[in-house]
Amino acid sequence: MKGILKKISQIDFGLMSPENIRKMSVTKIVTPDTYDEDGYPIEAGLMDPRLGVIDPGLRCRSCGSKGGDCQGHFGHINLARPVIHVGFADTIHKILRSTCKDCGHVLLTESEKVDYKEKIETLIKNEESITGIIKEIYAVARRDKCPSCGEEQEDVKIDKPVSIVEGNYKLTASEVRERLEAIPQEDYIYIGINYEVAKPEWMVLTVLPVPPVTVRPSITLETGERSEDDLTHKLVDILRINQRLKENMEAGAPQLIVEDLWELLQYHVTTYFDNEASGVPPARHRSGRPLKTLAQRLKGKEGRFRSNLSGKRVNFSARTVISPDPNISINEVGVPEMIATEVTVPVFVTEWNIEKMKEYIMNGPNKHPGANYVIRPDDRKIRVYDETKETVIEKLEPGFVVERHLMDGDVVLFNRQPSLHRMSMMAHEVKVLPYKTFRLNLCVCPPYNADFDGDEMNMHVFQTEESRAEAKSLMRVQEHILSPRFGGPIIGGIHDHISGAYLLTREGSIFSEEDVFQMVKRARMPLPKPTGEDWTGKQVFSLLLPNDLNMVYRAEICRKCDECLKLECKNDAYVVIEDGQIKSGAMDEKAYGAFSGKILDSIVKEYGTDKAREFLDTSTKLAIAGIMKRGFTTSTADEEIPKEAKDRIEQLLANAEQKVEQLIDAYHNEELEALPGRSLRETLEMKIMQVLGEARDKSGEIAESYFGMENHAVIMALTGARGSMLNLTQIAACVGQQSVRGGRIERGYSKRTLPHFYEGEMGAKASGFVHSSYKKGLDPLEFFFHAMGGREGLVDTAIRTAQSGYMQRRLVNALQDLNVQLDGTVRDNRGVIIQTQYGEDGIDPAKSDYGKVADIDRMIEEMRIKSKAGK
Amino acid sequence: MKKDILKHKLVPDHTILSDTEAKKVVKNLKVHPEQLPKIKADDPVAKAIEAKPGDILQITRKSHTAGKFVTYRLVLE
Repeated sequence: MKGILKKISQIDFGLMSPENIRKMSVTKIVTPDTYDEDGYPIEAGLMDPRLGVIDPGLRCRSCGSKGGDCQGHFGHINLARPVIHVGFADTIHKILRSTCKDCGHVLLTESEKVDYKEKIETLIKNEESITGIIKEIYAVARRDKCPSCGEEQEDVKIDKPVSIVEGNYKLTASEVRERLEAIPQEDYIYIGINYEVAKPEWMVLTVLPVPPVTVRPSITLETGERSEDDLTHKLVDILRINQRLKENMEAGAPQLIVEDLWELLQYHVTTYFDNEASGVPPARHRSGRPLKTLAQRLKGKEGRFRSNLSGKRVNFSARTVISPDPNISINEVGVPEMIATEVTVPVFVTEWNIEKMKEYIMNGPNKHPGANYVIRPDDRKIRVYDETKETVIEKLEPGFVVERHLMDGDVVLFNRQPSLHRMSMMAHEVKVLPYKTFRLNLCVCPPYNADFDGDEMNMHVFQTEESRAEAKSLMRVQEHILSPRFGGPIIGGIHDHISGAYLLTREGSIFSEEDVFQMVKRARMPLPKPTGEDWTGKQVFSLLLPNDLNMVYRAEICRKCDECLKLECKNDAYVVIEDGQIKSGAMDEKAYGAFSGKILDSIVKEYGTDKAREFLDTSTKLAIAGIMKRGFTTSTADEEIPKEAKDRIEQLLANAEQKVEQLIDAYHNEELEALPGRSLRETLEMKIMQVLGEARDKSGEIAESYFGMENHAVIMALTGARGSMLNLTQIAACVGQQSVRGGRIERGYSKRTLPHFYEGEMGAKASGFVHSSYKKGLDPLEFFFHAMGGREGLVDTAIRTAQSGYMQRRLVNALQDLNVQLDGTVRDNRGVIIQTQYGEDGIDPAKSDYGKVADIDRMIEEMRIKSKAGK
Repeated sequence: MKKDILKHKLVPDHTILSDTEAKKVVKNLKVHPEQLPKIKADDPVAKAIEAKPGDILQITRKSHTAGKFVTYRLVLE
C-alpha cells in the first residue's frame, strides 16, 4: 500500500456551512426517482452517475477513476424550507434559552461576560475542557430580562425531539434560524462555539448533503429486481415531500397545508439522521421493518465503531470445543486434523526445502501435511487442487511462498474469552490429533479458567517469522507458569494430580519395585536403577526433583496445631526436602498445585522454565499413574456417619435452638443487654447468629471426628484437590444458617417469613436455619429458605461479573499505554512520569517471592538444611 | 485554630528542591520538567510550604512495597 505521509497538526470539530455543502457537492438532486424505464440512472436523481461508480468496468463521471478506486462524491438537496437537525435540537434549545429573543445577545451582564471570557480563554490555552464552564453559563444565562436591551424574556422549552416552544407558541425552523442568526459573533464564545469553524444557524439545515452511492449501494436480487439501501429510501421520501412543499408554496397554497408539509419534511429529515429518536415514530420499510438510518449505522454493538473499527475479523484462526488430554505437554495444544488442513503457515521456498515443499504440494489440500496455496514472487496466489498440483510443482522454484498445512511443532496462539489477563492468550506448540476438538493439558486450565463442559477456544496461526520468534520467547505457556498477580504459579496440578501425589507420597505408602517401574514408565521418566527392594512413594516422587533442591514448608494438609511437631508431625504435613530427596511430608496442593505450589514455584525460580515444564509434565503423569495403581472414587457413602454421631448432632442442635429461645425470651423480657454501638434487636440477631454458627461448626466437628484419612472425599478436601471440609460437613451433619442480604432471613410475609410461623417469630427454624444435612434431605421449609439464599448468590455473581467487567475495561483503557522504561520509571506515551520507580520498589511481581522481594525466614531454614546435608 | 497539616500522619514529607537539586533530578530522570507529575500551587501542602509555580517538590512517603519512596512533583499555578 502506497500512501502520502502527512502529520496531522490539528483537528477542528465544527459544523458544515450550507456553502460548504454546496461546494463539495457535485450535483443538485431534485427528482425522487432513481432509474428510468431502461434501468439507467436518472440525472439529478439519487443514483446520478456523478455521485460515483461501483461497477468496476465503468469510469466515474466526476473524477474519472474506475469503480473501486472512486470513493464517491456528495450531492445536495436544497430544502424548500429549513429544518432542525435532530442531533443539535438540545443545543439549539439551550442556546435560545440563554440568548435574548430580541437582540440576540447572551443573557449575561457585562461583568459576567468579562469574567467568563477570561476563564474560557485560559482553559482553551491550557487545552482543557470547557464543557463545565459552558454548562455553568447556560444555567446563569436563564434570565427574565435581557441585560443588554431590557427586553422581557419568555421561557423557551423543548418538545422532544425537535420542536422549540416559546411560551405557548411553537417556533418554526425559520424563526429558530433567524434567532440563531441574530446572535452576534462576539457572543459565540459564551455558548461554546468557535466562530472559526461554526455558526449557530448552521444547526438548522437549509441544504442537505446526499451521500455518494458507495455509502448506500443497491443490491440486485436473484430475481433481477433491484433493492435499494435504507438511506436511499429515506432520501426518496425527503425529495418527494420537498418537491410537494415547493410546489404548494409556489402555488400559494394555504398556510395550514404548507405547515403540514413542512412538518412532514422535518419528520423525514429527522428519521434520516436518527430513526430511534425519542418521540418520533420510527420510519418503516414496506415490510414493516424499521429503517436503518445514519445513527443506527454507527450506534451500538453492531454499529460501525464497535463492530467494524474496534473489532475486526481475522484469517488463519480456528475455534472449536476443548477437551482434556493428560498425555500432551503443557506447552502443546492438540489440533484436529480438519483444522490443520484448513489454516496454513507461509513458508519461503529455498533450494534447501524445495523438495519438502514439493512433497506437501503433492499431498494436495486434503491430505494432511499438504499445502493449500502457492504465492508466486509477483504476489499472485495460486490455489492448489488435486487436479493441478503437478503443474504447480513444476513451476515451483526458490522465491515462491508455499502455504502449507499446520504441522506438529508449529507455534500458534491459543485464547479463551474473556481475555482478562495476559495468561488468557498463550503460545502453544501444535500437535495434530484425530477427532474434532482442541486438546489441552489439564494444568493450563486455571490460567484460561477453562473447563470441559462445552467451552470453546480460539486458535490463531502466526504468519511471520518475527511474530513466531516473539511469541516463542514471550508467550509460551512455560513462560507463564508464574503469575504476575501474586508471584506464584498459576499453572500447576489440579484435582486428581493432587490426590494422586498425596496417595503416592503419604506415610506408609509402599510399592513393589515392579509397580514402581510401571508407574515410572507410564510417566515417561527415565528408569531408575533397580534396588531389588520395595519403594516408598516419597522415593518415587523424589526421582523427579532436582538433585540439589532443598526446601522446608508446611503442606496443605497441615492442621495448624498450636505447637508444631515439625518432623514428628502426625499428619505428615511438615515437608522437608534435602538434596532432592523427600525426607518427610506428603505432596499435596502446596507442592505443585496451581496458585500455591511451592516446589513448582521454587523449580521455576531456581532452575528455569524448561525444567519446570518438564517437572510439571512428568509429575502430573506420575501422580495419575499413582492414583490409577490404587483406584480413587467418591460417593455419598464417604459422608456416612454412624447413628451415634447423628444423635450427638441432633442433641447439639436441639441445645442450640433452646439457647436461641432463651435469648429471644431474654429479649422480650428486656433482660438482654445491648452490645456497645448496637441496638437491642441487633444484639439479639448477633447473638443468635453466633449461637447457630457455633452449632453448625460443632456439628461439623462431630462429623469430622468420624472421618479418617482413608476417606476419599476427605483426602480431596484436605489435600486441596477439590471441595472443602465445610462441603463435607454440610452433606454429613448440618447445612446451617441460610442468609439473604447478609443476615438471617426476615423477608416474606408481614412480620413473618412464611405463613407456617407466628407473627414476629424469631426462632432458628423461622429465620432460615437448616438443621438437616444434604444427605438426610431438607424439609420443605428449609428447602425454601435454602432456595432463597441460593438465588441471592446467583444474582450477586451475575451483577458482580457485570460490574467488575466494566471496571476492568475502564482500568485497562486508562492504563494501556503505560510502560516501564529501562531506567525503571513508569511513563505514558507522552513521556510523562507516572511513577519514578515501578511499583515504588521496582520489583517484577512474577519474579518475586509471592509479592515479597524475598522470604528471609524461608531462605535461612533452607540454608540450614543445605549445610546440614553438606556435612 | 489552624491545624498544621504538615504534621498530619497522612501528609507525606514535601520539600522544595533548590535550583541545582531540581536540575539534577530532571537530568537523572531524563525528563522535561513538564513531564513530571503535577501539584497545584494552591494545594494545601504547597501553600503550607510556600511553593511557587515552577518549583519542583520532593515527596518522601511511606510505601507498602518499598518502605520509603521518593517522587517529585512540578508546582503549577
